[in-house]
Amino acid sequence: MSVPRFLIRTTHLVVKQPIFSQYSCRIRPRFLHTSNCAHAARLYTDKHEWVEVRDNGIGIVGISDYAQEALGDVVYAQLPDVNTVLKQKDECGALESVKAASELYSPVSGKVIEKNKEVEDTPSLINSSCYEKGWLFKVELANNDEVKNLMSEVQYKQFLKTQEDH
Amino acid sequence: MISTKLIKGLCKNVLKRTFATEKGEVTALYDFHVQKGGKIVNFGGFMLPVQYSDLSIVNSHLFTRANASLFDVSHMLQTEIRGKNCVEYFETICTADIQGLKNSSGTLTVFTNEKGGILDDLIVTKVSEDQLYVVSNAARKDHDQKHILKALENYKKANPAADIKITFLEPKDRSLLALQGPKAAEALQKLTSTDLSSLYFMTSTVGDVAGVKDCRITRCGYTGEDGFEISIPAEASTKVANALLGSETVKLAGLGARDSLRLEAGLCLYGNDITTETTPVEAALTWLVQKRRRELKNFPGAEVILNQIKDGSAVKRIGIISESGPPARQGAVILSEDEKELGKITSGCPSPSISKNIAMGYVPISHSKVGTKLKLQIRNKLYDAIVSKMPFVPSRYYSAPKK
Repeated sequence: MSVPRFLIRTTHLVVKQPIFSQYSCRIRPRFLHTSNCAHAARLYTDKHEWVEVRDNGIGIVGISDYAQEALGDVVYAQLPDVNTVLKQKDECGALESVKAASELYSPVSGKVIEKNKEVEDTPSLINSSCYEKGWLFKVELANNDEVKNLMSEVQYKQFLKTQEDH
Repeated sequence: MISTKLIKGLCKNVLKRTFATEKGEVTALYDFHVQKGGKIVNFGGFMLPVQYSDLSIVNSHLFTRANASLFDVSHMLQTEIRGKNCVEYFETICTADIQGLKNSSGTLTVFTNEKGGILDDLIVTKVSEDQLYVVSNAARKDHDQKHILKALENYKKANPAADIKITFLEPKDRSLLALQGPKAAEALQKLTSTDLSSLYFMTSTVGDVAGVKDCRITRCGYTGEDGFEISIPAEASTKVANALLGSETVKLAGLGARDSLRLEAGLCLYGNDITTETTPVEAALTWLVQKRRRELKNFPGAEVILNQIKDGSAVKRIGIISESGPPARQGAVILSEDEKELGKITSGCPSPSISKNIAMGYVPISHSKVGTKLKLQIRNKLYDAIVSKMPFVPSRYYSAPKK
């Protein structure tokens, strides 16, 4: 199997199988705290980022519960600066835990319009609230069609299962 | 002495592929780890827990510094060497003055090659004049076994009368548990008739633990804390582990905490911080080349190493602290304040105890002085750092009182 985002750089951990055999996909109640736009479904990449695209063409990006659990206590978040123009799959930052560094890839193309300063100050929000307070950055989508390449929640769950079966 | 042969120099793509599930060897405690919520990874060919579900790595690390943690280190290579001349024989491949050790005491040492490079680091305990007990790295297991046997062959050529017997203790027969932390002695004392108050750092004895006879208890470890490594008949390892966990001050810990603890303690990881390309002098381990051995000049690579001791080496292993920015990991480039490339980081992580980023790396002697300002390049950005003394966190060994 391949979990490219968890390249364990600290070398002592030669991980040859998923660190975590159990993942959880908790469906939590949604609290829209940033805008009045209608609820949008989260879409996922195979590198375990999620993006939630609002009606106004703004995407909110974070990492999945599986990702935060595999990474462990996040101690440093390097997020893309505002106005950075990203292409889909661009490396745009990194999350660091005691055991590993994990690159962040943009799930969509577009311009970064905001980064989560609270997460920069308190990276543990990524562990405690990866779908809410632990969002990473917002991006103005350049190409709405790109989200077709991403997985729905159901597909992503399925994807995680196939990862484990290998 | 955690170790990593597989990883050095592995690029991203290779690592991606090695995520494939591949069953490694197991220790006698494998089922126990799984049952206790251990998150198992393949480490140097062994299936071992990186952490347990009840504690994050950071919390497990901090728990060890405040209480005590129990680590399964049965993957490490335990070797018994018996026979008259065993001291003289073993000194042919390492730099320690074993002859000068008191019975039942040990030292850290290194196997060196003819170029002075380090082949492995290990603890050798002189049980008696005719018995040694050696613990070396799991990832160097095959190498070390061959190296030890080859050296015996050579020794026998020169000393045909030598009668030396070497036994490699297999993980299925013999387990090794490390109990580490300020509460380790209190927890172990409840379970053994051995008087631990007179068992000082780097000394060893055989005693009972939790009713299990024939346990070798050595006061040592690789966390910078007081603690013990206990070698146990494998069939009794679960019993001993459960008995130790009976103390509220003892919890299981995995490879994750073990690595950040050893890094804070300034201790080297073979494969990262020391390799065949580094000499003991470059690695700031000159103290491992002991006085009597320097005079005798009779260890592999003596010429190179003794010249470096006399004239200094070109590069040196240093400790590095950065207060802000991401932690530097292995391979990150170290630069001078005026941004000239100096060397590379060999290990690094955020320190749970001091909440700063800590690392080790190699730089030219000119930039190795404590307090020297450096820069670290991480993902194409530069961050300020400073040469720091090691250990990063003060060691708390239970040393014998100075006479």
